[in-house]
Amino acid sequence: MKISFTINGKTQTVEADENTPLLWVIRDGLGLKGTKFGCGKAACGACTVQVDGGAVRSCSYAVKFAQGKSITTIEGLSQGKELHPVQQAWVEEIVPQCGYCQPGFMMATAALLDKIPQPSDDDIDENIVNVCRCGTYYRMRKAIHRAAKIKQS
Amino acid sequence: MKINLTHTVWLSLIVLIMSAAVPIIQPSEHLPRLATPHQAFDKMMSVLMHKRCMNCHPSDDRPRQGEDSHVHNFGVQRGKDNHGTLSLRCQTCHQSENNPYSGVPGAPHWGLAPKSMGWQGLSRVAIAKALLDPAKNGDRSLKDIVKHLTEDKLVAWAWNPGVDASGKARETPPVSRQAFIKAVKQWAEAGANIPEK
Repeated sequence: MKISFTINGKTQTVEADENTPLLWVIRDGLGLKGTKFGCGKAACGACTVQVDGGAVRSCSYAVKFAQGKSITTIEGLSQGKELHPVQQAWVEEIVPQCGYCQPGFMMATAALLDKIPQPSDDDIDENIVNVCRCGTYYRMRKAIHRAAKIKQS
Repeated sequence: MKINLTHTVWLSLIVLIMSAAVPIIQPSEHLPRLATPHQAFDKMMSVLMHKRCMNCHPSDDRPRQGEDSHVHNFGVQRGKDNHGTLSLRCQTCHQSENNPYSGVPGAPHWGLAPKSMGWQGLSRVAIAKALLDPAKNGDRSLKDIVKHLTEDKLVAWAWNPGVDASGKARETPPVSRQAFIKAVKQWAEAGANIPEK
Protein backbone atom coordinates (compact mmCIF):
# COMPACT_ATOMS: atom_id res chain seq x y z
CA MET A 1 0.00 0.00 0.00
CA LYS A 2 1.26 3.50 -0.83
CA ILE A 3 1.01 6.00 1.99
CA SER A 4 1.84 9.68 1.67
CA PHE A 5 2.59 12.05 4.51
CA THR A 6 4.81 14.94 5.44
CA ILE A 7 7.75 14.18 7.67
CA ASN A 8 9.93 16.94 9.06
CA GLY A 9 8.51 19.28 6.46
CA LYS A 10 9.12 17.03 3.47
CA THR A 11 6.47 15.11 1.56
CA GLN A 12 7.12 11.39 1.47
CA THR A 13 5.39 8.47 -0.16
CA VAL A 14 6.24 5.05 1.17
CA GLU A 15 5.15 1.60 0.10
CA ALA A 16 4.55 -0.72 3.00
CA ASP A 17 2.11 -3.12 4.55
CA GLU A 18 -0.56 -0.81 5.93
CA ASN A 19 -0.21 -2.25 9.42
CA THR A 20 3.55 -1.73 9.64
CA PRO A 21 4.34 0.31 12.75
CA LEU A 22 5.17 3.89 11.81
CA LEU A 23 8.35 3.45 13.85
CA TRP A 24 9.76 0.91 11.39
CA VAL A 25 8.89 3.07 8.43
CA ILE A 26 10.66 6.02 10.02
CA ARG A 27 13.74 4.09 11.05
CA ASP A 28 14.17 1.42 8.40
CA GLY A 29 12.29 2.92 5.47
CA LEU A 30 13.37 6.52 5.79
CA GLY A 31 16.62 6.03 7.69
CA LEU A 32 15.74 8.40 10.51
CA LYS A 33 17.31 6.57 13.43
CA GLY A 34 16.73 9.15 16.14
CA THR A 35 13.40 7.66 17.10
CA LYS A 36 14.01 4.60 19.25
CA PHE A 37 12.40 1.23 19.80
CA GLY A 38 11.95 0.57 23.49
CA CYS A 39 9.19 -1.73 24.64
CA GLY A 40 7.09 -2.19 21.49
CA LYS A 41 3.83 -1.85 23.41
CA ALA A 42 3.36 1.91 23.76
CA ALA A 43 4.51 1.86 27.35
CA CYS A 44 7.97 3.41 27.57
CA GLY A 45 7.64 6.27 25.10
CA ALA A 46 11.09 5.93 23.50
CA CYS A 47 9.35 5.85 20.09
CA THR A 48 7.38 9.07 20.64
CA VAL A 49 6.99 11.30 17.60
CA GLN A 50 4.50 14.03 16.82
CA VAL A 51 1.62 13.46 14.44
CA ASP A 52 -0.18 16.68 13.56
CA GLY A 53 1.40 18.21 16.65
CA GLY A 54 0.29 15.56 19.10
CA ALA A 55 2.56 13.06 20.82
CA VAL A 56 2.10 9.55 19.44
CA ARG A 57 3.75 6.24 20.26
CA SER A 58 4.99 5.24 16.84
CA CYS A 59 5.56 1.58 17.77
CA SER A 60 1.82 1.19 18.14
CA TYR A 61 0.71 3.40 15.28
CA ALA A 62 0.00 1.61 12.01
CA VAL A 63 1.49 3.54 9.12
CA LYS A 64 -1.90 3.64 7.35
CA PHE A 65 -3.06 6.16 9.95
CA ALA A 66 -0.29 8.52 8.84
CA GLN A 67 -1.88 9.08 5.42
CA GLY A 68 -2.07 12.83 4.83
CA LYS A 69 -0.68 13.66 8.27
CA SER A 70 2.28 15.79 9.31
CA ILE A 71 4.91 13.91 11.29
CA THR A 72 7.79 15.38 13.23
CA THR A 73 10.66 13.30 14.58
CA ILE A 74 13.60 14.36 16.71
CA GLU A 75 15.53 15.11 13.50
CA GLY A 76 12.94 17.73 12.59
CA LEU A 77 12.61 19.43 15.94
CA SER A 78 15.27 22.07 15.35
CA GLN A 79 14.99 24.84 12.79
CA GLY A 80 18.11 24.14 10.76
CA LYS A 81 21.04 24.69 13.08
CA GLU A 82 18.91 26.57 15.58
CA LEU A 83 18.05 24.18 18.39
CA HIS A 84 14.49 23.86 19.59
CA PRO A 85 14.07 25.30 23.13
CA VAL A 86 13.65 21.76 24.43
CA GLN A 87 16.93 20.63 22.86
CA GLN A 88 18.66 23.75 24.16
CA ALA A 89 17.37 23.16 27.68
CA TRP A 90 18.37 19.50 27.50
CA VAL A 91 21.92 20.52 26.68
CA GLU A 92 22.07 23.20 29.35
CA GLU A 93 20.77 20.91 32.07
CA ILE A 94 22.97 18.04 30.86
CA VAL A 95 19.94 15.75 31.03
CA PRO A 96 20.92 12.53 29.24
CA GLN A 97 22.82 9.72 30.82
CA CYS A 98 22.76 6.81 28.36
CA GLY A 99 20.50 8.92 26.15
CA TYR A 100 18.46 6.16 24.59
CA CYS A 101 15.08 7.38 25.77
CA GLN A 102 15.78 11.09 25.37
CA PRO A 103 14.42 11.66 21.84
CA GLY A 104 11.06 10.34 22.98
CA PHE A 105 11.11 12.55 26.06
CA MET A 106 12.03 15.61 24.01
CA MET A 107 9.26 15.01 21.48
CA ALA A 108 6.75 14.55 24.28
CA THR A 109 8.01 17.70 25.99
CA ALA A 110 7.84 19.76 22.80
CA ALA A 111 4.22 18.64 22.37
CA LEU A 112 3.49 19.52 25.99
CA LEU A 113 4.89 23.05 25.67
CA ASP A 114 2.74 23.66 22.59
CA LYS A 115 -0.34 22.88 24.68
CA ILE A 116 0.79 24.18 28.07
CA PRO A 117 3.46 26.88 27.62
CA GLN A 118 4.21 27.17 31.35
CA PRO A 119 3.64 23.69 32.80
CA SER A 120 3.53 23.15 36.53
CA ASP A 121 5.13 20.11 38.13
CA ASP A 122 1.69 18.51 38.16
CA ASP A 123 1.27 19.23 34.45
CA ILE A 124 4.60 17.54 33.81
CA ASP A 125 3.64 14.53 35.90
CA GLU A 126 0.30 14.19 34.15
CA ASN A 127 1.56 14.57 30.59
CA ILE A 128 5.10 13.23 30.45
CA VAL A 129 4.91 9.57 31.41
CA ASN A 130 7.81 8.19 29.40
CA VAL A 131 10.27 5.87 31.09
CA CYS A 132 13.99 6.48 31.66
CA ARG A 133 15.98 3.55 32.99
CA CYS A 134 18.82 5.86 34.03
CA GLY A 135 16.43 7.82 36.20
CA THR A 136 17.11 11.26 34.74
CA TYR A 137 13.65 12.48 35.75
CA TYR A 138 14.95 15.14 38.13
CA ARG A 139 17.12 16.76 35.45
CA MET A 140 14.35 16.41 32.90
CA ARG A 141 11.92 18.25 35.12
CA LYS A 142 14.39 21.12 35.44
CA ALA A 143 14.97 21.06 31.70
CA ILE A 144 11.27 21.19 30.93
CA HIS A 145 10.86 24.30 33.10
CA ARG A 146 13.95 25.80 31.47
CA ALA A 147 12.65 25.00 28.00
CA ALA A 148 9.40 26.78 28.83
CA LYS A 149 11.34 29.91 29.80
CA ILE A 150 13.52 29.76 26.68
CA LYS A 151 10.47 29.35 24.50
CA GLN A 152 8.73 32.32 26.09
CA SER A 153 11.78 34.54 25.77
CA MET B 1 -36.05 -62.84 2.27
CA LYS B 2 -39.60 -62.73 3.48
CA ILE B 3 -40.84 -59.32 4.56
CA ASN B 4 -43.20 -59.21 7.48
CA LEU B 5 -45.82 -56.69 6.37
CA THR B 6 -47.18 -56.16 9.89
CA HIS B 7 -43.70 -55.17 11.16
CA THR B 8 -43.23 -52.74 8.32
CA VAL B 9 -46.52 -50.99 9.06
CA TRP B 10 -45.67 -50.73 12.75
CA LEU B 11 -42.19 -49.37 12.04
CA SER B 12 -43.63 -46.75 9.70
CA LEU B 13 -46.11 -45.68 12.35
CA ILE B 14 -43.39 -45.36 15.01
CA VAL B 15 -41.20 -43.23 12.70
CA LEU B 16 -44.19 -41.04 11.87
CA ILE B 17 -45.03 -40.48 15.56
CA MET B 18 -41.38 -39.69 16.49
CA SER B 19 -41.06 -37.21 13.65
CA ALA B 20 -44.10 -35.33 14.90
CA ALA B 21 -42.75 -35.26 18.47
CA VAL B 22 -39.36 -33.67 17.60
CA PRO B 23 -39.69 -29.95 16.83
CA ILE B 24 -37.92 -28.62 13.80
CA ILE B 25 -35.59 -25.77 14.88
CA GLN B 26 -35.42 -22.91 12.44
CA PRO B 27 -32.24 -20.79 12.27
CA SER B 28 -34.12 -17.76 13.61
CA GLU B 29 -34.92 -19.68 16.77
CA HIS B 30 -31.28 -20.14 17.76
CA LEU B 31 -31.63 -17.01 19.86
CA PRO B 32 -35.15 -17.39 21.27
CA ARG B 33 -36.86 -14.25 22.47
CA LEU B 34 -36.25 -13.93 26.18
CA ALA B 35 -39.09 -14.99 28.39
CA THR B 36 -39.51 -11.75 30.34
CA PRO B 37 -38.24 -8.17 30.26
CA HIS B 38 -36.69 -8.90 33.66
CA GLN B 39 -34.56 -11.61 32.09
CA ALA B 40 -33.66 -9.20 29.31
CA PHE B 41 -32.55 -6.73 31.98
CA ASP B 42 -30.43 -9.41 33.63
CA LYS B 43 -28.72 -10.17 30.36
CA MET B 44 -28.17 -6.51 29.49
CA MET B 45 -26.68 -5.74 32.88
CA SER B 46 -24.38 -8.75 32.76
CA VAL B 47 -22.74 -7.00 29.83
CA LEU B 48 -22.74 -3.47 31.21
CA MET B 49 -21.08 -4.66 34.40
CA HIS B 50 -18.40 -6.59 32.54
CA LYS B 51 -14.86 -5.24 32.71
CA ARG B 52 -14.85 -4.40 28.98
CA CYS B 53 -17.49 -1.76 29.78
CA MET B 54 -16.63 -0.91 33.37
CA ASN B 55 -12.95 -0.17 32.71
CA CYS B 56 -13.97 2.92 30.75
CA HIS B 57 -16.79 3.91 33.12
CA PRO B 58 -14.71 4.73 36.22
CA SER B 59 -16.25 6.74 38.99
CA ASP B 60 -13.01 8.66 39.48
CA ASP B 61 -10.58 10.21 37.01
CA ARG B 62 -8.43 7.15 36.36
CA PRO B 63 -9.18 4.69 33.57
CA ARG B 64 -8.96 1.04 34.48
CA GLN B 65 -7.38 -1.65 32.33
CA GLY B 66 -6.84 -5.34 32.07
CA GLU B 67 -8.77 -8.34 33.20
CA ASP B 68 -8.29 -7.30 36.83
CA SER B 69 -9.41 -3.72 36.17
CA HIS B 70 -6.29 -2.20 37.68
CA VAL B 71 -5.72 1.53 37.55
CA HIS B 72 -4.32 2.42 34.12
CA ASN B 73 -0.55 2.36 34.08
CA PHE B 74 1.57 5.51 33.75
CA GLY B 75 -0.78 7.67 35.82
CA VAL B 76 -3.08 8.17 32.85
CA GLN B 77 -5.93 10.56 33.67
CA ARG B 78 -9.39 11.42 32.40
CA GLY B 79 -8.70 15.03 31.41
CA LYS B 80 -11.35 17.69 30.87
CA ASP B 81 -12.88 16.14 27.76
CA ASN B 82 -12.62 12.49 28.92
CA HIS B 83 -9.95 11.84 26.30
CA GLY B 84 -6.85 12.37 28.39
CA THR B 85 -4.83 15.36 29.50
CA LEU B 86 -3.84 18.11 27.09
CA SER B 87 -0.68 16.41 25.88
CA LEU B 88 -1.21 12.81 26.93
CA ARG B 89 -4.29 12.05 24.91
CA CYS B 90 -5.86 8.61 24.73
CA GLN B 91 -4.86 8.73 21.07
CA THR B 92 -1.21 9.04 22.04
CA CYS B 93 -1.39 5.25 22.33
CA HIS B 94 -4.91 4.14 21.31
CA GLN B 95 -5.94 4.42 17.68
CA SER B 96 -9.23 3.64 15.96
CA GLU B 97 -8.63 -0.11 15.90
CA ASN B 98 -6.80 -2.74 17.90
CA ASN B 99 -3.09 -3.08 17.30
CA PRO B 100 -2.31 -6.82 17.24
CA TYR B 101 1.46 -6.25 17.34
CA SER B 102 1.73 -4.04 20.40
CA GLY B 103 -1.42 -5.34 22.06
CA VAL B 104 -2.75 -1.81 22.49
CA PRO B 105 -6.53 -1.84 22.13
CA GLY B 106 -8.28 0.68 19.94
CA ALA B 107 -11.67 1.71 18.60
CA PRO B 108 -13.25 4.89 17.23
CA HIS B 109 -13.46 7.76 19.78
CA TRP B 110 -11.52 5.78 22.37
CA GLY B 111 -11.94 7.50 25.70
CA LEU B 112 -13.79 7.47 28.99
CA ALA B 113 -17.47 7.83 29.59
CA PRO B 114 -18.28 11.15 31.28
CA LYS B 115 -17.76 11.16 35.03
CA SER B 116 -21.52 11.43 35.54
CA MET B 117 -21.67 7.98 33.96
CA GLY B 118 -19.14 6.55 36.39
CA TRP B 119 -20.37 3.08 37.25
CA GLN B 120 -17.65 1.55 39.35
CA GLY B 121 -18.85 0.81 42.85
CA LEU B 122 -22.53 1.06 41.91
CA SER B 123 -25.12 -1.70 42.01
CA ARG B 124 -26.68 -2.77 38.74
CA VAL B 125 -29.90 -1.00 39.72
CA ALA B 126 -28.01 2.24 40.36
CA ILE B 127 -26.21 1.86 37.04
CA ALA B 128 -29.49 1.32 35.21
CA LYS B 129 -31.02 4.37 36.88
CA ALA B 130 -28.00 6.46 35.87
CA LEU B 131 -28.32 5.10 32.36
CA LEU B 132 -31.85 6.49 32.11
CA ASP B 133 -31.23 9.74 33.96
CA PRO B 134 -30.83 12.60 31.43
CA ALA B 135 -28.95 14.59 34.06
CA LYS B 136 -26.27 11.90 34.08
CA ASN B 137 -26.43 10.31 30.66
CA GLY B 138 -25.73 13.39 28.57
CA ASP B 139 -29.41 14.23 28.09
CA ARG B 140 -30.04 11.07 26.12
CA SER B 141 -33.52 9.71 25.54
CA LEU B 142 -34.28 6.01 25.85
CA LYS B 143 -34.06 5.79 22.07
CA ASP B 144 -30.61 7.39 22.20
CA ILE B 145 -29.52 4.95 24.90
CA VAL B 146 -30.67 1.97 22.88
CA LYS B 147 -28.81 3.33 19.87
CA HIS B 148 -25.65 3.85 21.92
CA LEU B 149 -25.75 0.37 23.40
CA THR B 150 -26.58 -1.41 20.18
CA GLU B 151 -24.75 0.59 17.51
CA ASP B 152 -21.85 2.54 19.02
CA LYS B 153 -18.52 1.30 17.70
CA LEU B 154 -16.72 1.70 21.00
CA VAL B 155 -19.42 -0.35 22.74
CA ALA B 156 -19.17 -2.94 19.96
CA TRP B 157 -15.43 -3.15 20.61
CA ALA B 158 -16.25 -5.13 23.77
CA TRP B 159 -16.87 -8.15 21.54
CA ASN B 160 -13.74 -7.54 19.53
CA PRO B 161 -11.23 -6.54 22.21
CA GLY B 162 -8.14 -7.95 20.53
CA VAL B 163 -5.11 -9.30 22.33
CA ASP B 164 -2.94 -7.94 25.11
CA ALA B 165 0.79 -7.24 24.91
CA SER B 166 1.59 -10.93 25.41
CA GLY B 167 -0.77 -11.95 22.62
CA LYS B 168 -3.45 -13.30 24.94
CA ALA B 169 -7.02 -12.67 23.82
CA ARG B 170 -8.98 -10.30 26.06
CA GLU B 171 -12.12 -11.62 27.68
CA THR B 172 -15.40 -10.75 25.98
CA PRO B 173 -18.73 -10.10 27.76
CA PRO B 174 -20.68 -13.15 28.98
CA VAL B 175 -23.29 -13.04 26.20
CA SER B 176 -22.94 -12.55 22.47
CA ARG B 177 -23.39 -9.09 20.95
CA GLN B 178 -26.43 -10.33 19.05
CA ALA B 179 -28.07 -11.58 22.25
CA PHE B 180 -27.15 -8.33 24.02
CA ILE B 181 -28.73 -6.20 21.31
CA LYS B 182 -31.87 -8.30 21.44
CA ALA B 183 -32.02 -8.01 25.23
CA VAL B 184 -31.55 -4.23 25.20
CA LYS B 185 -34.31 -3.77 22.65
CA GLN B 186 -36.69 -6.08 24.45
CA TRP B 187 -36.08 -4.35 27.78
CA ALA B 188 -36.61 -0.91 26.21
CA GLU B 189 -39.72 -1.96 24.28
CA ALA B 190 -41.24 -3.33 27.47
CA GLY B 191 -40.90 0.05 29.17
CA ALA B 192 -37.28 0.01 30.38
CA ASN B 193 -38.35 -0.99 33.86
CA ILE B 194 -35.67 -1.37 36.48
CA PRO B 195 -36.19 -4.11 39.07
CA GLU B 196 -35.74 -3.40 42.75
CA LYS B 197 -32.65 -5.58 42.96
